[in-house]
Amino acid sequence: MIMHTFSVYVEDQPGALNRVASLFRRRGFNIVSLAVGHSETPGVSRMTIVVHTDAGGAHRIEAHLYKLIHVIRVEDITQRPAVIRDLALIKVSADPTSRPPIMQLAEVFGARVVDVAPASLVIEMAGSEAKIDGLLDVLRPYGVLEMVRTGRVAMSRGEGTRSGAGPAAAMPETEAGVSYSV
Amino acid sequence: MKLTGAQILWECLVREGVTDVFGYPGGAILPAYDAMLDYPIRHILVRHEQGATHMADGYARASGGVGVAIATSGPGATNMVTGIATAMMDSSPIVCITGQVGSRLIGSDAFQEIDITGITLPITKHNYLVTRAEDVARAVREAFVIAKSGRPGPVLIDITKDAQQASCEFDWEGAAPSVPGWRSRPEAPASAIAQAVALLNEAQRPVILAGHGVMISGAMEQLKALAERGQIPVAMTLLGIGCLPASHALNFGMMGMHGEAWVNHAIQEADLLIAAGMCFDDRVTGNLKTYAPNARKIHIEIDPSEINKNVPVDVALIGDLRDVLTRLLPSVAEGNREPWLRHIDSIKGDAAVRDIQSLPDDGHLYAAHVINDLWRATRSRDTIVVTDVGQHQMWEAQYYHHEAPRSLITSGGLGTMGFAVPAAIGAKRARPEADVWAVVGDGGFQMTMCELATAVQDSIDIKVAIINNGFLGMVRQWQEFFYERRYAATPLSGPDFVKLAEAFGIRGIGVTKRSGVLPAVDEARAHAGPVVVDFRVEQEDTVYPMVPAGGDLHAMIRRPNPIVETAADV
Repeated sequence: MIMHTFSVYVEDQPGALNRVASLFRRRGFNIVSLAVGHSETPGVSRMTIVVHTDAGGAHRIEAHLYKLIHVIRVEDITQRPAVIRDLALIKVSADPTSRPPIMQLAEVFGARVVDVAPASLVIEMAGSEAKIDGLLDVLRPYGVLEMVRTGRVAMSRGEGTRSGAGPAAAMPETEAGVSYSV
Repeated sequence: MKLTGAQILWECLVREGVTDVFGYPGGAILPAYDAMLDYPIRHILVRHEQGATHMADGYARASGGVGVAIATSGPGATNMVTGIATAMMDSSPIVCITGQVGSRLIGSDAFQEIDITGITLPITKHNYLVTRAEDVARAVREAFVIAKSGRPGPVLIDITKDAQQASCEFDWEGAAPSVPGWRSRPEAPASAIAQAVALLNEAQRPVILAGHGVMISGAMEQLKALAERGQIPVAMTLLGIGCLPASHALNFGMMGMHGEAWVNHAIQEADLLIAAGMCFDDRVTGNLKTYAPNARKIHIEIDPSEINKNVPVDVALIGDLRDVLTRLLPSVAEGNREPWLRHIDSIKGDAAVRDIQSLPDDGHLYAAHVINDLWRATRSRDTIVVTDVGQHQMWEAQYYHHEAPRSLITSGGLGTMGFAVPAAIGAKRARPEADVWAVVGDGGFQMTMCELATAVQDSIDIKVAIINNGFLGMVRQWQEFFYERRYAATPLSGPDFVKLAEAFGIRGIGVTKRSGVLPAVDEARAHAGPVVVDFRVEQEDTVYPMVPAGGDLHAMIRRPNPIVETAADV
């Protein structure tokens, strides 16, 4: 059992997110994180879904996702070289004396301070989950007031565009053996 | 051409080749019903919307086409849920149309508003909520493509009342299906075909496991050719029955929980299983840990999510079964598997415990008698048997010897009691020239017997054989085996079914003795119009053999005191 990361292209249709989420619930897979937004193609959304499962489970998830009519393409990028990021906004309690060390810590982690208030700071950090967790650990003693994270978004490295010019248009008919809606 | 959404609905259905719809009107679907009168559609008014979905399902399974059911919003839609789930589990292509409250009322808990697209999300292949007349045509066209392509299944279209009432330009061509993610014809790679051929040609003890996919794909000829060429015995799932004639020398019968003992033993001893359009359901495998331990497995299946779901396989051929078998066949070596076939025959010799003729005619009537006699009396005609769920269903599978594909229609995956009578009505509408028999228990019959009124009103000539044992028999059997005969809530009373039939204006016949079976079947057949035959059978009869749920396939509960069947029975 490992964390599997899927990139899923879906038609931007009402209910599409619900269909995808419902599939995981219905088949007994627990979603660790799910991030969704526009892709490079108008009308196509891209989801990054992280699931804790084994290889067989990952294969079934991919096959089941393809059965959803709105799903255009699924990539399991778990084993591929990929850029994986999580975005966090962290509000830390900070008075004039604690502000400088907090800002220093943020800088060390490559995070940015995006809001300064008399008694708090908001720090923005994009990075791997582990790195964000590391920042959190050092911020905690100062008092973390609020946090929000996007969950993982991912993109495989290299030149290939995966979603194709028009949805599905550029996709080979017989690829990888499983990529069919039925 | 400007049409209302309601008119567009029928215009599209007619163009899709729909002639019959099964439905029940109501407020939110009224515009569609009003428009229906102007189209060449035969509407069958059901008595409960569950019946409409089973009828559409029976229609689809008997015809190989798409069945259509229609209902109003709210309770009309929720009543369809069981039928939709039944169709989903058995890969049956139906399109269900529901009315919905006006689009501006959606989300307000308006009268008879229900989120039916949300409710049916996991039990449809796809569903649509249509809120504009402009979107009706595309939804209908896509629904038909999705329902019947690939692995078929149900599609629901929920149309708001204002979308039915509004007018727009009707553009059939412009509404051509546009599903970017849809690719329905996967092709197994040549390398996998070659691997499968190699396994096939070297196997000494292969068994073909034939399922519903054979019928859906129309691969009956190819399956037969594979079996004959390789001299490979064929075992069937419940839904696979009919894909190879029962009289074929290589058809060894049904596998699984109530399958033939020799078939289950053959599977356990096999060195190769060729699973063709079946999905290794728990009812056919028993305990997965001990299932076919010596066998390599080839799985031919159109739905990739079925691969390795229950049973890990050595070669997966993802594709349409007929295509795959057609590509496979030329490389399959002519087999001589005489020792293996003889071996199975020898197990069969020991295990033929079917005691049809041998059961004494002591005033008791056994279900096996009824089914076997029904088979004798109807075998020479084009007959479809539609069963319900339970003991009678298993006896039907064991004692009615089906020769033709689509001659047995039954709820396999979901096991839906109440299926038989409405599905028989649908089947009869699909194939009016065939005799259609609903074989049903007294429990399941009482769930949907209201549809007899549908058969009467629409002159649908179905024959109903009630296997009446005064028990919820299969549950009682489980209580007998696994719950120390504590019969909790399984003794079942019912009305006098003969009088009930008469109250519906239907011929009713009661049978209590074996000698009465054939005359009753003949009388029912000769009578033009629906008939109900109440077979009052032995109360505590048991379906043998039985693999307890999760038990080892080879460890069946066998009939005590086996009596070898006579040649006349087979």
